[in-house]
Amino acid sequence: MTSPSLSLHGVSAHYGRTQVLDALDLEVGSGELISLLGASGCGKTTTLRLIAGFLTPSSGTIRLGKRELTTLPPHRRDIGLVFQNYALLPHLSVIDNVCFGLKQRSIPAAERQKRGMDMLEIVGMAHLAARLPAALSGGQKQRVALARALVIDPPLLMFDEPLSNLDAKLRVDMRVQIRRLQMAGQRTAVYVTHDQEEAFSISDRVAIMDAGRVVQFDTPETLYRRPANAFVARFVGYENIVAFRVVARGENGATEVEFDGGIRMVLSAADYGAIPDRGLIAARPEGLAPGTDQAGIPATIGVRTFLGRTYQYHCDSPAGRLIALGPIEASLGAATTTRLSINPLFAAVLPYEDLSVIKEQP
Amino acid sequence: MPSRTSLPVLVIAVFVFFFLLFPLVIILGASLTNGTYLAFPPQGLSLRWFAFVIGEESFVESFKTSLVVAAASTCLAMVVGVPVAYALIRHRGTLPSWLGSVFFLPVLVPEIVFGFSLLKSVIVTLDLPVMTALLIGHTMIALPYAVRVVGASLVGLDFSAEEAAISLGASPIRAFIFVVLPNISSGIVAAFILAFITSMNDVSVSLFLTGPGISTLPINLFTYVEQHFDPSVAAVSVLLMLLTAAVIIIVERTLGLSKVMR
Repeated sequence: MTSPSLSLHGVSAHYGRTQVLDALDLEVGSGELISLLGASGCGKTTTLRLIAGFLTPSSGTIRLGKRELTTLPPHRRDIGLVFQNYALLPHLSVIDNVCFGLKQRSIPAAERQKRGMDMLEIVGMAHLAARLPAALSGGQKQRVALARALVIDPPLLMFDEPLSNLDAKLRVDMRVQIRRLQMAGQRTAVYVTHDQEEAFSISDRVAIMDAGRVVQFDTPETLYRRPANAFVARFVGYENIVAFRVVARGENGATEVEFDGGIRMVLSAADYGAIPDRGLIAARPEGLAPGTDQAGIPATIGVRTFLGRTYQYHCDSPAGRLIALGPIEASLGAATTTRLSINPLFAAVLPYEDLSVIKEQP
Repeated sequence: MPSRTSLPVLVIAVFVFFFLLFPLVIILGASLTNGTYLAFPPQGLSLRWFAFVIGEESFVESFKTSLVVAAASTCLAMVVGVPVAYALIRHRGTLPSWLGSVFFLPVLVPEIVFGFSLLKSVIVTLDLPVMTALLIGHTMIALPYAVRVVGASLVGLDFSAEEAAISLGASPIRAFIFVVLPNISSGIVAAFILAFITSMNDVSVSLFLTGPGISTLPINLFTYVEQHFDPSVAAVSVLLMLLTAAVIIIVERTLGLSKVMR
C-alpha cells in the first residue's frame, strides 16, 4: 500500500483579523517526508493544525490523495499526529494509550492488544506497557506517542516539534528512529520544527516559512548550496551578505563587481551561475579565508574565537563586518590586516534586495 | 533543627483554633444534656434529645427535603456547570472575559437580594410549585461552585491530550467523556461536595422559596429556635456535623481529600 500525496492549495488562515497564512500552496509527494521550518510565528504550526483539522482555513483546499479534507472533522481525517509535549492520555497505561485509536475503530480487544504490543516492540517500549505515562521519561513518552500514531496505520503522519523537549543526544537518536519508521512504511509525513539541523537531516524536502508564506521549498542540499534569497541564506548559515554592482563583464563569464565601500573583485559565472547587474553575494564563514591573496577583500581582524578545529575571525572591512574562518595552524591576532578570499563552494549569488529591511534571525 | 515559632503567631493560632472549635464543643455539650433547655455545661448526660429529633416528624421531613433538594440541585448544577467550565477554559482566548463572571453572580450578589429576586420572578410571576422553586434557587447558588472548582482543575489539564484523542478518531464528545472527564474527576468530586454543602446549608435563598408544608432543615431549625428553646437544635447540629465528617472521611479514604481540594 502506498501513502497518498498531500496537497494544499491557496490555503489562507486568520486569527481574528490577523492573517497567519497567505494563500499557501504545498505539495507533498507520496511517501515523502517534508519539514516546515521557520521561526515561531511563521505559520508552520498553523499549517499543521489546518491539515489536522483543528483549525479551519478561511479559503483554499486541502486534499489527501483523493480525499478532500478541508471540511472533514478532525476525528475523521485519519492522521497520525505526534505532539511536542507527547500528549499521552495521563489516566491510561502505555498499552491503552497505544490502543486508543484502534478502540475508536472498533477493532476487537484481542487484535487491538496484539497490534499495540507489536508496535510497542518496534519502538522498544514493550517492557513498559503497563506503566502510566507519569512514570516515563521524555524520550520514552515520545516513543509511546510515536507508536500510538503509527499503530492506526495512518495515510499521513504529522509531527509538531516532536523532539524539542528532549536532550541533544536523544534528539539525534529519535530523529533517526522517526525517519526509519517513516521510510519503512513509505508514509507521507509532515514535520514541523524550528531546528534547521533537525529539518535538514530528516527530510526529503524542506519548506522554509516566513510570515505565513513558503519562502523556498527544496531539498536540503539545494537550500544549503543555492538559497533563493537573503532570508533563506541567513537562515541556513550564510552569515556574510554583501550587495554588489557589476562594473564590467569579461570573457568566459568573468564578471568584475564592486561591493559597498568601493572594493572590486572578479566573480566567475562558472562558479555562481548567471550574475545579475545588481545583486547580493552571500558567504558562509568557512567560505571566507584570511590570507595574502591581493584579490581578496581587505579586512582588519577584530575578535578571534577558538572553535576547536578552526579560528573564527570577526573582521571589519570597507564592505561591512564579515565573519571568516581560518586554520588553527596560523592564528592571526587582533588588529592584523588581512585579505579575505571567497571560496565559491561556500558562497552564492542572490537577487538584489535591500539588506537593511531583512529581518534578523532569532 | 526545630523551627522557631514567633510568640504573636502562636497566640493568633491559638485564638483561631479556639474560636473555630469552642462553639462546636459547646454545641456538642449542650446536645448531650438531660435538661429541657439549651444550656452549657449540660445538666446530666443523656441522648434523649437525639432520640427526640429523630422521632420528630418536622425535622425528619425537612431533612429529607434538604437532602433531595441538595442532591438534585447539585446534579443539575454539575450538568450545567461542567460544560460551562469547559467552554470557559477551553475558549479562554476567544470568549469575552465578562462571560465567566456572569456565572459567579449568585455569589457576588447578596444572597438576600438574590433570594428576593427569585421569589419575585419564580414564585410570584411564574407561579411555580415550592419544590420546583427550591430546585431552581439551589441550582443557581450551587452553579458558581461547579463552574469555579471544575474550571480550576480544567486549567491544569493539557488539552493536547484531548486533541490527540480526536486525531486518533474519537469524536469530540467521546474525547470529552473518555479523556477530559477522567482527568478532572477530583475537581468534579470537590465541586460536587462544595455545591452539596452550600445547598444543604443555605438559609437566605430558601427563606424566600419555602412555602406551606415544605421546608428545608436549616429553615425548619430557624423557625423552631424562634419558638422553642430546647436542646433539640443542638442535637440536630451535632448530627449534621457527624454527617459532614462522614462525607469528609469517605472522600478522604477513597480519593484523598488533599487531592480533591487541591
